[in-house]
Formats: sequence, C-alpha cells, structure tokens
Amino acid sequence: MNSKLKSKLELTAIYLILAVVAVVIFYPLLWTIGMSLNQGTSLYSSSIIPDNFSLEHYQWLFSPESDYLLWYKNSLIVAFANAIGSVVLTAFVAYAFSRFKFVGRKNGLYIFLLLQMFPVMMAMVALYIFLNMIGLLDSLTGLILIYLGGQIPFNAWLVKGYFDTIPKELDEAAKIDGAGPIRIFWSILLPLAKPILEVVALFNFMAPLFDFLLPSIVLSSEENYTLAVGLYNFINDQFANNFTRFAAGSVLIAVPIATIYLFLQRFLISGLASGGTKG
Amino acid sequence: MTTPEKKPKKNFQKHNPAIATILSILFAGLGQLYNRRYIKGAIFIVIEGAFLFAFLEAINYGLWGLRTLGTIPGVDHSIRLLVLGVLSLIVTVIAITLYVFNVLDARKQAQKIKRGWVPLSFKQVIKEVYDYSFPYIITFPGLFLMIFVVIFPLLFSLLLAFTNYDLYHSPPRNLVDWVGLDNFKNLFTVPIWQETFFSVFVWTIVWTVVATTLQIALGFFLAVLVNDERLKFKKLIRTILILPWAVPAFVTILVFAAMFNDDFGAINRDIIIPLFGGDGVAWLSDPLYSRVAIIMVQTWLGFPFIFALFTGILQSISKDWYEAADIDGASRIQKFKNITFPHVMFATAPLLIMQYAQNFNNFNVIYLFNEGGPAVRGQNAGGTDILISWVYKLTFDTNNYSMAAVISIIMGLIVSGFAFYQFRRTRSFKEEGDI
Repeated sequence: MNSKLKSKLELTAIYLILAVVAVVIFYPLLWTIGMSLNQGTSLYSSSIIPDNFSLEHYQWLFSPESDYLLWYKNSLIVAFANAIGSVVLTAFVAYAFSRFKFVGRKNGLYIFLLLQMFPVMMAMVALYIFLNMIGLLDSLTGLILIYLGGQIPFNAWLVKGYFDTIPKELDEAAKIDGAGPIRIFWSILLPLAKPILEVVALFNFMAPLFDFLLPSIVLSSEENYTLAVGLYNFINDQFANNFTRFAAGSVLIAVPIATIYLFLQRFLISGLASGGTKG
Repeated sequence: MTTPEKKPKKNFQKHNPAIATILSILFAGLGQLYNRRYIKGAIFIVIEGAFLFAFLEAINYGLWGLRTLGTIPGVDHSIRLLVLGVLSLIVTVIAITLYVFNVLDARKQAQKIKRGWVPLSFKQVIKEVYDYSFPYIITFPGLFLMIFVVIFPLLFSLLLAFTNYDLYHSPPRNLVDWVGLDNFKNLFTVPIWQETFFSVFVWTIVWTVVATTLQIALGFFLAVLVNDERLKFKKLIRTILILPWAVPAFVTILVFAAMFNDDFGAINRDIIIPLFGGDGVAWLSDPLYSRVAIIMVQTWLGFPFIFALFTGILQSISKDWYEAADIDGASRIQKFKNITFPHVMFATAPLLIMQYAQNFNNFNVIYLFNEGGPAVRGQNAGGTDILISWVYKLTFDTNNYSMAAVISIIMGLIVSGFAFYQFRRTRSFKEEGDI
C-alpha cells in the first residue's frame, strides 16, 4: 500500500512538472495569437485575451498595400529551389566520394569536415562584396546560390555516410550486367537512399524559411524580402506600433510550418541521428 | 605485376620516361605526344594554351593587385583587387595541381610503355577517360559552387585581417594597405579594444557553456520523465514538448523580445509587477538581466531538439539492462548513473558537441532579441554581444572590416578546436577514407 501511494505521488509530481513546462511553452505562443487578434497597433493597450476582437491585421496582410504575399512567394521560391538544388548537388558529390577512388578524395573529406564548422556568417563581408561584383546582390538568385554552396560540406558528409551503408555488391552486380556509373546511381543508389535525401530536402526547405541573417545582408529592396526580413521590419522601425501586425504575419507562417514539423518529427530525428552519429 | 609480360621490344626499351617528364614540364601535353597518346596530348595542349591565353594576364594582374592592393588612389580599387587576387590565387592553385598531374601522367605512361605496354584502341581510351574523369565531372558543380561561396570568402576574410580596411581607408577614394600584424597588436594593446574583446570573449564562453548545458539538461530531464512507463498520453505530451522547435525561431525570438520589453512587455506587466510589485525588471536595459533573459530564451528554444533526440535513444535501450540491475538490487539513481546516462551520452556525444558549436555562433538569438544590447560604457560592443554578433556590428554598423576579420580569425581558431575533437572522435574516419 505504501509503495502504491509513493508511486501515485511520484506520478502526480511528474504530471505537475509537465504541466508547468506546458504552460511555459504555450504562454508565448498563445500570447502571439492573442496579440494578432487585437484591434489597433499599440502593444500597450493590447492583451492576450483581446477586449475588442478583430481580424483587421489578417485582412491587412492580404490587402494590396502589404507585400506580405510577395514575401511569402519569395520565401517559397528560395525554399523550393534550395531543397531541389541541394539534393541534386549533394547526391552527386556524395556518390563520387562514396564509390570512386580519385585523387584528392581523402583531403576533400577532411575539408568538408572542417568547413562544416565555419558559419557562412564569418565570410559575410566577402560574400557581400562578391555578390556586388557579379551583380547578384539584392536578388533571390544570389541568395539561393549562397545557400546551395554553403550546405554542401554538411550534407555531402551526411549523404555519403548513408551511401556507404548500401552494399557495394549491388553496384558490382549491376556493373557485370553492363550498367554504367550513371545507371547505377540512378537505379540503385538513389532509390535506396531516398530516406536521407528526403531529410536533406526537408532541412534545406526549412532553412531559408527560418533564416534571418543571410537574407538581411543580401536583400535590400522590399519586393525581394523573404518573410523573416519583412516581418522583422514590421517591428524594427517603430517597435510598439506594428507588433500586432507582426504577430498576425507570424501566426500565418508558424502554423503551417509547425504542422509540417510535427507530422515529420519522428522521421527528422531518425535521419539526423543516423547521419550524425555515424560521422 | 605478377602476370608475365611480353618481352619488351627494342623499340620500347628506348622509350625514356625522363624525356616524357621533361617534355611535359616544358608544355603540358608534349610528354603525352611523345608517348604517342596523340588525342590526350592534343587535349592537354589545348587546355594549357587556352589557359595561358585567357588567364595569364588576368592572373598576373590579380597577383600584382594582391601584392600591392593598388597604387593610385581613386583609380585602383583595393578591395576589387583583393577579390581578383584571391580568385587568381585559387585558379593558380588549381592550374598547378593540373600541371603536376599532367607531368606525373606522362611519366607513368612512359614507364609503362618502356615495360612493353601496348596502347589501347581509341574506343578503349574514350571509355577509360570517361571512367577516370567521372567522379570529377559529377562533383564539379557542387565543388565549384562551394569554392566560390565558402572557400573564397573564408580566404578573403583571412587576408582582410592583415589590411587596414575600415571607414577611413575605403575604396574608391582611398587605398587599402597591408599592415601585417598591427590589427592583432591593437586588439590586445589599445584599451578600448582590449576591454571589449575580453568582456565579449568571456561572455561568449559563459553563454555557450551555460545556455547549451541548460538546454541539454532540461531536454534530458524531460525525456527521462516522459519515458516513465506509468505515464499516459505520451504522444500528446511529446508533441507539446516539441512545439518550440517546430515554430520558426526568428518568430519566437522576436516575440520574446517584445514580452521582455521593460515598459510594456508581458513579463513585467503580467508576471513580475503583480507578483513582486515595483517597476519590474530592466530585462533589456541592464546587461546582467539581459543575459539572464537571453539564456532563458535559448533554453526554451533549444531543449525540444535534445528532448526528441534523447527520447529516441531512451526507447532503444534494451529492457534487459534494467531487469538485470533490478535483480542486483540497484537503486533508481544507480540505474540512471550506470545505464541510462552512459548510453545516452555515448550515442549522442557528437551531436551534443555540435550544439555547443552552434550556440557559440548563435547570431540569431543574440541579435534578434536585443541587438546585442544594452550598450556598455567604455566598450564598442553591447552587453549581450557574443563574438559573432560583434563581428556583424563591426562590419555593418561601423565598417571596421579589418578588425571584424581579426575577430573572425580568432573565432575560427576556437571553432577548429571543435573540429579537431570531431576528427579524433571519428575513429572510423581512417577506414572511411579508403574504399
């Protein structure tokens, strides 16, 4: 009886702790939703449960005065281009490093490992000047190229690790049957490596949607903004004034992204864990 | 080598590898011609010719620019010259590599011919070339992009640290000069730089260690709690706990910045003042409180990833371990210390190290929360600035590019420490290196 009581107390304590954590998690999120439903743009007179409930900020975002939809479109363009481009580029690089013997292979692997550690950030001056020189500053193309080049060290390593786990006997059997390297890549490795390629696609789809720094350096005119930069500018100029509008814009990004994430969480984690621990 | 070769004909014995080597040093492709591999030789000659024709002048100019950074103010644009210089350097390195490859190729081939090797037919040659160059062809697009987007900028920043590029020495009006190690000297001797660097550096370390450790500890703690067999609604609880990870971070950081606002933020207005009275806490204008707030925010943002990761590992630990421990009469703490903890840490150590490295460079939280502020007297960095956000400010606010580069290099050295650890950890790397 005593141990049963103890167990019950423990369980209650666990539930209590989890309840507190849940409150801490939900508070800022609900607060944002509450703010977005307040009338007026002043943060001071707004509260988490709006006195005068209104959807005016949402309506404003979709009105022709706002560039919100344009930013949404820009973000999606960058995200899709980055997802597709990085899968293609890294799959090829990883294939070469996993299956072929060539001069510079081993040093290449070391360089990838080293470059993973350096954030693009450290080179921002150079990137800025360079994009300026080739005329790609303030363009989505320039932004996409930087993302594509920057993701290679990490993802090539991740995908190479996965390719290494696919038995080489399969390649050899195909080679005996007369398949060339492209054929082997296309009909053996790619189908088998689908899980990791999906992870790469998803990560590189999400990265531009989450990133603030790089677009804020590269993009300068309002019609080229991605969501992060655009929303930041809502509150950057006059902090208190446009916060409710920012909140509305944020809710419209956070809800779809969070939904995708929660659906795919299991799969994200397993992909990351398998790639990361294998090294 | 074990297969018996045909007795070399006289003709072949005369074939001299030394001549092939010398010829190919003189001009790429000549050695191959001597080896009677006419197509290959022709291709090499064309490549070198094209290279000399197209690039020689540009490279010469680039290297001149790199050496002098321009001589006439208003005409020579030092930074453009530096960019061209770095690019020429990269092209030169590639060219030299190809050249060395050409020489070695000619030599090897000549030695083979001397041993009586019969050249392949044209069709076979094509196939051989295709097979040989295949890995280079497929890696080319990716590596090309990587050279321009990662390697070139890093080299460029490295070089900037040894120049005096700042607001007062900026092209096109003025020239930039090489100044050797002066910037490094200034960082450690000029009082304002010295003080700022010291305090930012210390805070960066504190921030990295405390914020990361907190998020790992919280994630671990919650993962163990939720893993309890008696708990119900596990799926729902896990989904809730992962929520902060699922919401885009820049949104939550900006929301927190508003909530922590000294005057009208929800934390002061709805929690601190009603509970404790007073005027609330100066979350954004006092360095210490600002630091506390930012660590809390990062913990909120970072624990779900750890939680999710550890949950996966905990589920994979075999029950047999715990049953065996029960038979031995182990207490709960003993089981945790000797089974759970080592398992989890062993499986995730590299990812945890990456977490530390990430927070070391966590620009987003620092900059979006309070722009690195509040300002601190006697320093040119804010109270919550870590090295990377300081570099950003030096670059884009005060245009002190050379100092920013110096600090980037110092960061790079620290980061390579993490990299070094990763190298050592990957014991399998040696095997992975060979096919």
